Amino acid sequence: MRTSSALRSACFVLPLMLMACSAAEKPDTASASDAPSKPAAKVEAPFPSTYKAYPGTATAIRNVTIFDGEGNRIDNGVVFMSGGKISSVGGADTAIPGDVAVLDGGGKYVTPGIIDIHSHLGDYPTPSVEAHSDGNEATSPTTPEVWAEHSVWPQDPGFSRALANGGVTALQVLPGSANLMGGRSVVLKNVYARTVQGMKFPGAPYGMKMACGENPKRVYGSKGRMPSTRMGNVAVNRQTWIKAQEYRKKRDSGKDFTRDIGMETLAGVLDGDISIQNHCYRADEMAIVLDMAKEFGYKVSTFHHAVESYKIADLLRDNGVCSAVWADWWGFKMEAYDAIPENAAILHNTGACVIIHSDDENQIQRLNQEAAKAQADGRRMGINISDAEVIKWLTYNPAKALGIGDKTGSLKPGKMADVVLWNGNPLSVYARPEMVWVDGALMFDAKDPKRRPVSDFELGQPGEGDVK
Amino acid sequence: MKHFLFTAAALAALTAPVQAETIAITGGKVVIGDGSAPIEGGTVVVRNGTIVAAGSGVAIPAGARQIDASGKWVTPGVFAGFTRLGLSEVDAVNGTNDKSGGNSGFSAAIDIAPAIDPFRSPFAVNRSAGVTRAVVAPDAANSIFAGMGAIADLGADSDAVTIPRAFQFAQFGEEGASKSGGSRAGNHLHFRAMLREAQDFAAGRGTFDDDLLKAEDAKALLSVLRGETRLLIHVEGANDMLRLIELKREFPTIKMVFVGVTEGWRVATQLAQAGIPVIASALNDLPASFEMLGATQSNIGRMKDAGVKVAIGMINDRDSHQLRYTTQYAGNLVSLERLPNATGLSWDEAFASISSVPADIMGVGDRLGSLKAGRAGDVVIWDGDPLELSSAATTVIIDGVEQPLSNRQQRLAYDR
Repeated sequence: MRTSSALRSACFVLPLMLMACSAAEKPDTASASDAPSKPAAKVEAPFPSTYKAYPGTATAIRNVTIFDGEGNRIDNGVVFMSGGKISSVGGADTAIPGDVAVLDGGGKYVTPGIIDIHSHLGDYPTPSVEAHSDGNEATSPTTPEVWAEHSVWPQDPGFSRALANGGVTALQVLPGSANLMGGRSVVLKNVYARTVQGMKFPGAPYGMKMACGENPKRVYGSKGRMPSTRMGNVAVNRQTWIKAQEYRKKRDSGKDFTRDIGMETLAGVLDGDISIQNHCYRADEMAIVLDMAKEFGYKVSTFHHAVESYKIADLLRDNGVCSAVWADWWGFKMEAYDAIPENAAILHNTGACVIIHSDDENQIQRLNQEAAKAQADGRRMGINISDAEVIKWLTYNPAKALGIGDKTGSLKPGKMADVVLWNGNPLSVYARPEMVWVDGALMFDAKDPKRRPVSDFELGQPGEGDVK
Repeated sequence: MKHFLFTAAALAALTAPVQAETIAITGGKVVIGDGSAPIEGGTVVVRNGTIVAAGSGVAIPAGARQIDASGKWVTPGVFAGFTRLGLSEVDAVNGTNDKSGGNSGFSAAIDIAPAIDPFRSPFAVNRSAGVTRAVVAPDAANSIFAGMGAIADLGADSDAVTIPRAFQFAQFGEEGASKSGGSRAGNHLHFRAMLREAQDFAAGRGTFDDDLLKAEDAKALLSVLRGETRLLIHVEGANDMLRLIELKREFPTIKMVFVGVTEGWRVATQLAQAGIPVIASALNDLPASFEMLGATQSNIGRMKDAGVKVAIGMINDRDSHQLRYTTQYAGNLVSLERLPNATGLSWDEAFASISSVPADIMGVGDRLGSLKAGRAGDVVIWDGDPLELSSAATTVIIDGVEQPLSNRQQRLAYDR
């Protein structure tokens, strides 16, 4: 069993941990005698997705340059989607059934839908008023019990801008970074729905947000609480992971136990079911986190805001950890001081996984441009990365890091038809999405004002339905 | 580097000035920056720190150093329309952040010039991206008047300030209200009351209400009242702009410039009629606040079409560090022209909005912001379309002096 072997290996690694594990292994005699034993089954996931694809029609796009999301480029290609799925992708000779709508995309480009692995749309929505500030449960340094989806306001106007201007078809909404353990993230399809459940990406695993560095120690240190230092950050994390190991053992013991929703999330991480999405700027701190993950037997999926990844690109490659980065943000805080625009290119060149992320309701509309800048900065230092590879940073790589790489993120037959038709090369400043499909449904068409998504908030307001 | 108000000699001991050479840049695609179309195979001549000529058929002076720009673009340096350049090294490290006057007790009298530190790393980073001049504004602390901003150059020398006390900066709308008791009514009352006190001061009446003004503040506001110093006003919402246009009628001598202006398109006709130029955020398209409900990227294009003079600025948008976004923002406005129903700028207009237009709005268009004869010799050679993401500045000349393009970020990237 994957879960117990992970625990075992952690227990064998360090004598201290062995002590903790031994203590946890003692039978809980009180609960064993008080209650009948229950199966230790994991709790059925509540708040299930009710997402349903909007209606779509079978469509073929021909005569386009295709970046398939997995690093391949097809000139004068064809993308055919039907039943909400990619049916076929190929060159000019790709068969198109006679009865489907055919778009001639002369001179245009097709990519998979863009995926932002780091967004706060919905939990820090616009308008950015205090009453909407729902991203940080900054009342305790560890809040694994909170779920970002319970803060998501489905009417955030930002979703529509990300779709129409950015071609974003899926995104991970994360809790903020005030806390060491900020809570569960949620992966959404970028379509409006009445409820967050109606946006939840079907079958997407959960992530858990963690944060290194300045934010947790500042937020809690200023309240006279632990942590107030980086060493305090790590200590609080380790103590919490030990509790999670003990909880998991109890849960798996077959005996009765009291549910703890925070511990459920942490145990889910140790089970390998919930991915770790770790805000971490500095290289040295990322290396500490990697060792902490080894100590407790979990895996870090992605370091977010990893501005110093370039300093440890080999370490990240060898550990199979992605870096979600901006093209060029720098200097806004001390831990962002050594950020460089060549970060993504150096990582890519080392063979490490690169993702371009936004953490921003404006730049989520221009992730393609951010990737293009990072590509150009690489070229200037002699690292040449093809356009098709760069598009991977925005599509297949984030999909894989979110555990949805088998469903979306590239244009492969059988995958969700999340597709963007750009009116030029998406790595040019002059290109914009012309049409965006989610699960084969046309959700945006620049030529059709009726297909501009408008949130309830914007109805009856100045600029309702305006081109944005 | 080159001062307009102070003589270079007065600063010689500090600056160890580099001698400006005579330079002729040949063969490039020359953009004058005034909104005219690029000139293929043009020549640009710079002498004594100043543009001598730019265009076709320009004679190359004997002894000039020639730079071959064949296959490249040659433009005026980017003039960043609204920034906090040099006021911060690390925003969240208080000791390095001089954006606001804090609790100094002064307001309009604050002169940001001495806080502009050319040794801070944003100078080198943004210089290497082709930005050569910037409007630098203080941030408002406890008053609607933030103090006096400057125009700076990004030259690699110890003297960044081109024009100190070039304008006064004030806050209206939500931020202005928050600095005047929490109401826009208080905002307008403060504005009027402070200007009246300044007039009283000038008339020798000096009946100061101490919570509003100190004598030094009054002097600074008098200069605004007399129209000697421009008043840049941060305002976003349509109604706030209309009410400010009324204030301008009440104080007709004040030279108002609006900054931010997210809902400008809603009152574009009125702005044009009032002759108020704007330094607008280029890509705001979200209702970030209730004074930005009408936000759209088509804002600048629509204002331009209505006859408003519009430059691109970046108030509160990474404005101390990322002046290099200016070209990207201009490029995005060009992209709107190809988007159905959207309104952007032509390429030529877009480049003007980050070169000659901000200079004109700041009243220095005869000295800065284009490659017309007599302007400061701020010239950038690019390896491609300067608004395109893949392009980079390959040569940057400021006041006729070729600049180093290295910076700390390059060391971190290349020296490992």
